[in-house]
Amino acid sequence: MKVIAAMSGGVDSAVAAARVAEAGHEVIGVHLALSSNPQKYRSGARGCCTIEDSHDARRAADIIGIPFYIWDMAEEFHEGVVQNFLSEYSAGNTPNPCLRCNEKIKFEAVLKRARAMGYDAVATGHYAKRVDSESGPMLFRADDMSKDQSYVLAVLSQDQLAGALFPLGDTVKSDIRKEAEARGFALAQKPDSHDICFVPSGDNAGWLRDRLGSEVGEIVDEAGAVLGLHKGAYTYTVGQRRGLGLTIPAENGRARYVLRVEPIPNRVVVGSREDLAITDISGADVKWCGPVAPIGEHRGLAQVRAHGAALPCTYQWDGQRLSATLDVPLFGLAPGQALVIYEAERAVASATIDWTK
Amino acid sequence: MLPEAFEVFAREAATVGNASSLHGAGRRARKVVEESREKLATAVGAKPQEIIFTASGTEANNLAVKGMFWHTQRKNPQRRAICSTPIEHHAILDPLEWLEREQHASLYLAAVDESGVTSEENVAEIFSEHGDEISFATVMHSNNEVGAVQPVAEIAAIAREYQIPFHTDAVQSFGKVSLHFAELGVDAMTISGHKIGGPLGVAALVAKKNLGLTPLLHGGGQERDVRSGTLHTPAIAAFATAAEISQQRLASNHAHIRALREMLITGITQSVPDVSVNGGAHTLPGIAHFTFVGAEGDALLLLLDAQGVQCSTGSACSAGIAQPSHVLLAMGRAPKVARSSIRFSIGPTTTEGDINRAISVIGEVATRARAAGVK
Repeated sequence: MKVIAAMSGGVDSAVAAARVAEAGHEVIGVHLALSSNPQKYRSGARGCCTIEDSHDARRAADIIGIPFYIWDMAEEFHEGVVQNFLSEYSAGNTPNPCLRCNEKIKFEAVLKRARAMGYDAVATGHYAKRVDSESGPMLFRADDMSKDQSYVLAVLSQDQLAGALFPLGDTVKSDIRKEAEARGFALAQKPDSHDICFVPSGDNAGWLRDRLGSEVGEIVDEAGAVLGLHKGAYTYTVGQRRGLGLTIPAENGRARYVLRVEPIPNRVVVGSREDLAITDISGADVKWCGPVAPIGEHRGLAQVRAHGAALPCTYQWDGQRLSATLDVPLFGLAPGQALVIYEAERAVASATIDWTK
Repeated sequence: MLPEAFEVFAREAATVGNASSLHGAGRRARKVVEESREKLATAVGAKPQEIIFTASGTEANNLAVKGMFWHTQRKNPQRRAICSTPIEHHAILDPLEWLEREQHASLYLAAVDESGVTSEENVAEIFSEHGDEISFATVMHSNNEVGAVQPVAEIAAIAREYQIPFHTDAVQSFGKVSLHFAELGVDAMTISGHKIGGPLGVAALVAKKNLGLTPLLHGGGQERDVRSGTLHTPAIAAFATAAEISQQRLASNHAHIRALREMLITGITQSVPDVSVNGGAHTLPGIAHFTFVGAEGDALLLLLDAQGVQCSTGSACSAGIAQPSHVLLAMGRAPKVARSSIRFSIGPTTTEGDINRAISVIGEVATRARAAGVK
């Protein structure tokens, strides 16, 4: 096979590229330049798109012995991921940019370009497994559950999955570091990247305020009584308890949580933990990362956060929307997050949550 | 490196001696440096005293640009303007922009036509409008991307009329077309070793003795008190050898390279009928520059590379991202068209087999690159 190995400059993608090359495929390493104005050096464990990272990726490609190029995907990334992130937040939703990046950049723009140029697949350092079956490729959780990234890959279609290689799915992270060390990669001990790569400071709220403004609004209870003020509703997330700065204590003296974020009229609604309980979740924009389930009800597991628990549920597919009824309620769920349905270890489908009860 | 140059390089690299030392080994090294200086001066039509060795073409260009600007500034502070062209190499453009940004220089860039050539009229216009403000002028001898040869002798004549010091970056021309410092009539000229089959890491600024230059590097003052730094004797000796050989072989190399260029252009235009060839009638023999509308230059490069054929796109930014060439933009091409362009370089060691290889794969490469699209 002819394979494009996407190399971020981190440990995982370097080992992934090495494994694909070693398996005898014709591999070229590609570093995606996602920022039109990259920082020169990494600061701390955040971000992945500095010039230093592209240098690290190049050095790993040298050691593997594969050609290495940089592809400019800054425009696509800005439109498909950063703008989407901003518009979702300004609509009161909590988006997951990693998931969008997989959907729009790595396995869309990059895979499309790779295929047009005669390449068969894009290999990444994601922790997940692709298993091929008679009904096409299917997505499974990685063996290392603490690193499993199937949640952010469940937006891929079967066609995208057919062009994806995840060479790390069968290995735990600590072994990947050892392997990187053994292969002589200088980046073997590089810290894992956390947070959002285009918010290098890690200050998500500050980053949003810089771009969406910090208009003061009210924090109210369900009855509409004003309890305090905020500087930009979108910096709050459903389920959040800390940092509300409420001046009037609750009558029962119990903690209050964000129940809803209402961009119009720039209001944050708070209430008790019980008010956060959710058993029914529904979403649109459904993606099947394996065979499409028959219309009707099925048993499965629902996951609503990248590293959240898989919750037993009954899920319904009506041909347009994907919904789940949880066996046990969940506390705090922000719209905009992805609902991913699993059957045991297999990721079945994903949807963008737009309704909860 | 040419085998003859490598032999000299290896011999000198194995010998002890700092050309600035007064003992026997030092005197021996000094002799090698001075013989090389004379050899290089002959090859380039200059006097030995006019050769200032540097460690790179970039350094020589920086010395010319900043050195001339600072020198005239000290004597004549109102001369803050610089005349150049928008198609210079970054080793000229970047120091010019640095002077503009940091030292309040004003830049006047003479436009180029669609084949990448400026005219003496364009430069004369700038001289006549801003003559009193101009510190110096610099115009490249030939462009490194599209190969367009510039009317440098004509511009030099006008610069003399206006008494404006005039430098030319001749890195790309040296060894490819005939180049004679004295006949050209410029005040300073940059040449570099690795472009003529010499080693990397050695170059020279050829500068008239009366040209005022403020040094960039201070130290031992080894080169005319204008350039400090221990002289790299092996590289200098190999540079001079390569220069001598390239002059001897200029005519035969020229014919060989010109023929291969024609062969490549014919072959590629036959395989990909809608390709366009950039650069006008008067170009360097060893550069063939094409635009494949609808394909990204970096996709063409990647696919050709995989077939063992090496080409270049414009330069990359510090992040390694291919940028639309500033040269093509200055020639009036749209950014999209500029991004769709690649350059093949042909040298004395290129064979007909190499050219045939490129021609045989270009059709499929262009089709695939076009399928991948252009932004």
